[in-house]
Amino acid sequence: MDFKDTPEEAAYRGQVRTWLETHGQRRRSADQVFGEGLDDAAKLAAAKAWQARKARAGYAAITWPKEMGGQGGTAMQEVIYKQEEAAYLVPRMIFENSLGQCLPTIATWALPELKARHLAKGIAGDEIWCQLFSEPAAGSDTGGIRTRAEKQGDHWVINGQKAWTSGAHFCDYGILLARSDWDKPKQEGLTMFILDMKAPGVAIRPIHQMSGESEFNEVFLNDVRIADTHRLGPECGGWKVMLSTLMHERLAVGGHLPTDLHTVLIDLARKCQWNGKPAIEDARVRAHVADAFLLQHGVELIIARGLTALSKGKAPGPEMSITKLVAAKAMQDISSFALELAGPEGALSHESIGQDWNYMQRLWLGAPGARVAGGTDEVMKNVIAERVLGMPGEIRTDRKIPFREL
Amino acid sequence: MNFDFSDDQRLLQDEVRKMLADTSTSAEIRRVLDGRTAYAETVWRNLIDMGAAAAAIPESYGGAGLGYLELCLVAEEAGRHLAPVPLASSFYLAAEALLKGGSEAQKQRWLPRIARGELIATAALGGGETYLATPALRFADGTLSGRAAVVADGMVARLAVLRAGDDLVLVDLQSPGVTRKPLSSLDPTRPQAELNFSATPAEPLRGEMRGADLAARVLDGAAVLLAFEQVGGAARILDISRDYSLERKAFGRQIGSFQALKHKMADIYTRNELARVHAYYGAWALAADAPELPLAAAAARVAATTAYKHAAEEGIEIHGGIGFTWEMDCHLYLRRSRHLGQLIGSEHAWRDRLAQQLITEAA
Repeated sequence: MDFKDTPEEAAYRGQVRTWLETHGQRRRSADQVFGEGLDDAAKLAAAKAWQARKARAGYAAITWPKEMGGQGGTAMQEVIYKQEEAAYLVPRMIFENSLGQCLPTIATWALPELKARHLAKGIAGDEIWCQLFSEPAAGSDTGGIRTRAEKQGDHWVINGQKAWTSGAHFCDYGILLARSDWDKPKQEGLTMFILDMKAPGVAIRPIHQMSGESEFNEVFLNDVRIADTHRLGPECGGWKVMLSTLMHERLAVGGHLPTDLHTVLIDLARKCQWNGKPAIEDARVRAHVADAFLLQHGVELIIARGLTALSKGKAPGPEMSITKLVAAKAMQDISSFALELAGPEGALSHESIGQDWNYMQRLWLGAPGARVAGGTDEVMKNVIAERVLGMPGEIRTDRKIPFREL
Repeated sequence: MNFDFSDDQRLLQDEVRKMLADTSTSAEIRRVLDGRTAYAETVWRNLIDMGAAAAAIPESYGGAGLGYLELCLVAEEAGRHLAPVPLASSFYLAAEALLKGGSEAQKQRWLPRIARGELIATAALGGGETYLATPALRFADGTLSGRAAVVADGMVARLAVLRAGDDLVLVDLQSPGVTRKPLSSLDPTRPQAELNFSATPAEPLRGEMRGADLAARVLDGAAVLLAFEQVGGAARILDISRDYSLERKAFGRQIGSFQALKHKMADIYTRNELARVHAYYGAWALAADAPELPLAAAAARVAATTAYKHAAEEGIEIHGGIGFTWEMDCHLYLRRSRHLGQLIGSEHAWRDRLAQQLITEAA
């Protein structure tokens, strides 16, 4: 038992470090982000330039097979690259859906000429993809999709609305799940397509989040035409295609927590006074500091177990399924307690109380989203109970009924 | 990254698990519960003969010379099967105190006999919390006087390591001036006793560490090993509760199909797995004798104590009324979670130790 690289992993890490030192820009502080001071267009151009450089060096699709334009590398190499890249100013949340979900789906299900057209461009960042599954009435229950796909000769006509689409406003293409048969039960009447995001009838509107940011969009589809050649998988085979898309996420090692949560908490507790003494001297505060560490380090250690499995060429164990659940709730609880340290002043926004509080306030405002994104706590607990503990699935009354009768 | 046990270590764990499944049965545990015996002799003999109990004692002192990682996995199985034996007293505490603080002569004299199971040893190194007004043990001029209020396996132990002021002292309990009184415990499967000393001959453990540091070091190691027992017990009560919820029907369904119970068990699993990785990290720190040991041990102690307590309490809740009966084993886990959670000090004292280290580190 140790926390060291194998000799092969150490060699790969060395190679990655050298490349990043030559080509990357190291971040000066934890809260510094890529493209500060640039407008959206310039930021996107810079992100694409970085992705192209990564692709040329063989770091854009490390684990993909060579015939798909990847390096045929190991999952552990991918993890090592990500660990090293984390110290650098690199774009985030721009290419993740392209490379993690959409392009692997293209590689599995698209016609050969479409693969040839899109895969290399996607790896190099020339084209960016988004995933259009969720809808206003189909969140946790993805099978409830109501966007309509009607076949007209060699084309399909799409009408409906998608929601929570990350990056739709800068994406070139998307993979779209729509209902092509309303007489079949919910999961059996769905078909997957490639959508050109610039096609006539596609309208994109940003969602204004409670945190003040806009990372997601609504996408309205009004008589959008898609050639049948752009169908992915069989007609009414969309559910199976979607499951294969989500399978590609398996490499993502679950939720994680910032490693400095408990030190930030300690720092704030030193600066606050409770009844004339530094709050850090209070036993209740100290208990929260310890508990914050237990959650943060616990998640880190579970990820270390997952990496150990990857390093040995095995699949991560079932314990990985708890990381997102634990991390999101911990983020909420720890940041909530941090704000309470300052009593009435702690309810002021950081513009008034001071920059020290910005970090915990951002976490507190973002935590409700983290708890919902990728499955609510309740969905995650069902997943743990059913897939890990082998408990019975939920009773479903809609499984065998034609969708139009639901 | 190699944050896991090796295949050989897992093999040993499997052997211990099979042996305990056969011998540390409910009937056997209940012989101790009912006071018919002080510990399960067959289980104890098997753990000794397999070299499992003495896994971490070097061969030069009669042990198996395997290591702490192996002993951690033995502990996990002992916890899973509620092994009613003096494993913690003899091996996690007394043998460790001798190894870390004994003179060469003391080690040579006692460790081989502990390793071979010829005698049972125990240690009471004190937590921070007390209620009973006990006069402190006094050690002077080679003799020990006073009372040790709570000593696990105190009725059957031949040898004890006790805290007297700034010293840790070693007492042969067959020496003159020793009287013992059995105590009634919330977990009768792990009996405890009061020991009284009157000018009893004793020797100090005078290794390189001061008494307080030596006690802290031994307690850190014990915290990790006990965390493995707790993790094993917590995993077992979850298994038992899950199985019962799939068997038992109410309102026309398996009760395990109700989301309230599914989510309850997902919560238990989540806490158990967090405790498990903290215990693993503690195992690494203990085996490597890493500077992180005090932090890792405190984290393992708090996570495993809270997880086992929660699992044992909710395990009974999942069973409903039947879980509250003497005949069901649920209460044995609840009792054991209480014993393990307080043997070397409560989770609250250890949580504050953890906080103190984090705060010092962040200075």
